[in-house]
Amino acid sequence: MAEIEKTAPAAQPAAPAKKPKKPPTPGVAALRKVVSDVYAAAWEAKKAGRPVGWSSSKFPCEIAETLDLAVVYPENQAAGIAAQHDGERLCQAAEDMGYDADICGYARISLAYSAGVETTNVSRQMPQPDFVLCCNNICNCMTKWYENIARMHNIPLIMIDVPYNNTTHVDDTYVAYIRGQFDDAIKQLEHIAGKKFDEKKFEKVCGNANRTAKAWLKVCNYLQYQPSPMSGFDLFNHMADVVTARGKVQTAEAFELLATELEENVKEGKSTLPFPEKYRIMFEGIPCWPELRALFKPLKTNGLNVTAVVYAPAFGFVYDGLDDLCRAYCKAPNSVCIEQGVDWREGICRENKVDGVLVHYNRSCKPWSGYMPEMQRRFTEDLKVPCVAFDGDQADPRNFNDAQYETRVQGLVEAMEANKAAKEG
Amino acid sequence: MSIESIISEFAGIAASPAKQLANYKAEGKKVIGVLPYYAPEELVYAAGMVPFGMWGTNDKGISLSKEYCATFYCTIAQLDLEMLLDGTMDQLDGVITPTICDTLRPMSQNIRVAMAKLKKMPTIFLAHPQNRKPAYGLKFCVDQYTNVKKALEEISGAPITDDALKNAIKVYNASRAARRDFVKLANEHCDVVTPTKRSAVLKASWFMLKDAYTEKLVALNEELKKLPDCDWKGTKVVTSGIICDNPALLKIFEDNNVAIAADDIAHESRAFRVDVPECDDPMMALAMQFANQDYDVLLYDEHSSENRRAEHVVDLVKESGAQGLIVFMQQFCDPEEMEYPYLKKALDAAQIPHIKLGIDQQMHDFGQAATAIQAFADVLSMQK
Repeated sequence: MAEIEKTAPAAQPAAPAKKPKKPPTPGVAALRKVVSDVYAAAWEAKKAGRPVGWSSSKFPCEIAETLDLAVVYPENQAAGIAAQHDGERLCQAAEDMGYDADICGYARISLAYSAGVETTNVSRQMPQPDFVLCCNNICNCMTKWYENIARMHNIPLIMIDVPYNNTTHVDDTYVAYIRGQFDDAIKQLEHIAGKKFDEKKFEKVCGNANRTAKAWLKVCNYLQYQPSPMSGFDLFNHMADVVTARGKVQTAEAFELLATELEENVKEGKSTLPFPEKYRIMFEGIPCWPELRALFKPLKTNGLNVTAVVYAPAFGFVYDGLDDLCRAYCKAPNSVCIEQGVDWREGICRENKVDGVLVHYNRSCKPWSGYMPEMQRRFTEDLKVPCVAFDGDQADPRNFNDAQYETRVQGLVEAMEANKAAKEG
Repeated sequence: MSIESIISEFAGIAASPAKQLANYKAEGKKVIGVLPYYAPEELVYAAGMVPFGMWGTNDKGISLSKEYCATFYCTIAQLDLEMLLDGTMDQLDGVITPTICDTLRPMSQNIRVAMAKLKKMPTIFLAHPQNRKPAYGLKFCVDQYTNVKKALEEISGAPITDDALKNAIKVYNASRAARRDFVKLANEHCDVVTPTKRSAVLKASWFMLKDAYTEKLVALNEELKKLPDCDWKGTKVVTSGIICDNPALLKIFEDNNVAIAADDIAHESRAFRVDVPECDDPMMALAMQFANQDYDVLLYDEHSSENRRAEHVVDLVKESGAQGLIVFMQQFCDPEEMEYPYLKKALDAAQIPHIKLGIDQQMHDFGQAATAIQAFADVLSMQK
């Protein structure tokens, strides 16, 4: 999974010159502060001699949060490093260590960082881990990635395994298995934290996490308005919060504040989209973080707003009770069957009224891209909208080609125009 | 039967799985395709059906499967789909799709969707637990195997009894033991059991009913035991990777007097290293076998801060008397790729020379591999 907030400009010689930015709205500023605070808290813990954890983005954050453990998120870090054009250097450093160039770019960046290669993106510098939290509901690559980190630092790994699911329903056998692991994870983390797990605090944290999830979903739902009060790319930026701080009340509050701003935008007919919305598309997959500008350019030229991304339901973990929590964490994009994946995407495409779909075949993400041709066929058949694909990578710019991307977007625009003309008769 | 005639029979089966499939069907048997990794074949056998291994093929190109799969996926999985689409495997009565790696997860969906669309055969889904040793992991594994059992019963039309399953476990344990014996004997008599022959004997096991296979293999082992000690003048290596079954590639070993002393190959020894406990609860016994699988790049290691898998491979090299190791790196195989740096670290620390050769089942020109193996053989011969 990918996520990034807009990072403060660091010493980035490779980064292109930027135009002066508008000051962020209070909601956006609050969201940025939440993520900055997560990194700051980890540094503070390290300095104070308290343990710091590295966690996969969809490990149940509620346990560590209840135990007041400082946790940071390598996927968020890798996305941030990639977006600030330092990803290729770290990928290459990992390759020099023997990790193959075909391994996920996030994993390569993270493994290089874990081995001591510092990033120039100061906002994503983080202390080395004392323990790691791995949940493979995202992918199985995560398992070996975190084992490698545990080995590098000789530290404990707490594993919550979420087996792949072949049905839209989460069977009780899955819940029982995950519940067993959840209970073991609590014991292991109690030992690391040096304190007992407080059930009352856990309930409060779960309350925060649900409140955050609902506020996040509410924000995502503003993309249903036509024209939309925001650019869909904003969601990619705000994902950092839902990844790194789901269990914190400040995150819920920041998303609620953002929602009020979007409500105002709707009332006033304003949008964060810096161009008129001509067509609405779904962006399928994780963005190519090093190429955000290149991704955005032809969309802007052609008036395409991204009004659907599958992240919205993906991080909206709303649950009631522990068994339901286990069930919720089974529903990550790469751990569900194709029917569930299609249903999510087609649902948001319909609700958010898309005219076409742009599919990213992501070299870094085999489970995500692995059944995409069949999904494309279903989108075209079920939604009656054109569907176009391009090759890229979430973190390694060497796997992205500007010209191919622009051509494909152009093709999508032409197909949407034809579709529109046919509908208008 | 002579050693040559038994090996030749195995080689024939290994080279023509489609023919073997047709033969079983002609006998009126039902046959179930089994994709990698660790599917409990014992259940298929206990159901009175033939488990049929699907590890890609060296004889086909990727064409129809492109409709379902991008290029950056392991060719084993892509070619399995290809054979399911192009008619090669149409005689199968079902196919089991495990999902333990990131390619097999979506591939299980592609296969299910494609087989349903083409009205070809039922697919049987299997998700192994990674936290496999605790009670909840064993329980989940039994739950999953129970799903597989039910699906097989539907295909066979009869229940799988505990007694039938216990018998299947005995048959499979005997087969695993025979294969482990064979691997040792192949090392001891590497002048007779060359790398291509070794591969053919082990590969044939995927396409034969295990009682028939074991009977032949035991006979072969007995003949090998009668041979005089081998005075091997060449070098010996351990092989590591997912699969290494291309005769053209293995011939290069022979051309350079490189014998295979042991292997850490998923398609070979990793598949028969661990027996199933013979106890009163055969379903739990199968789950316990999976829990006891270890030292595998595909499986979570609860002692992950240690480097146990690499040390296991190092021990394999030392104990088998090999001078070095050849890693066959299956292209786009994340688990193998992720574990390579630590394997290298352990090999270097133990001063065991190794080379890494990138392979996939679409490769037909092994010129580069030949050069590398030849140079490696020269290095190893100096170390003898």
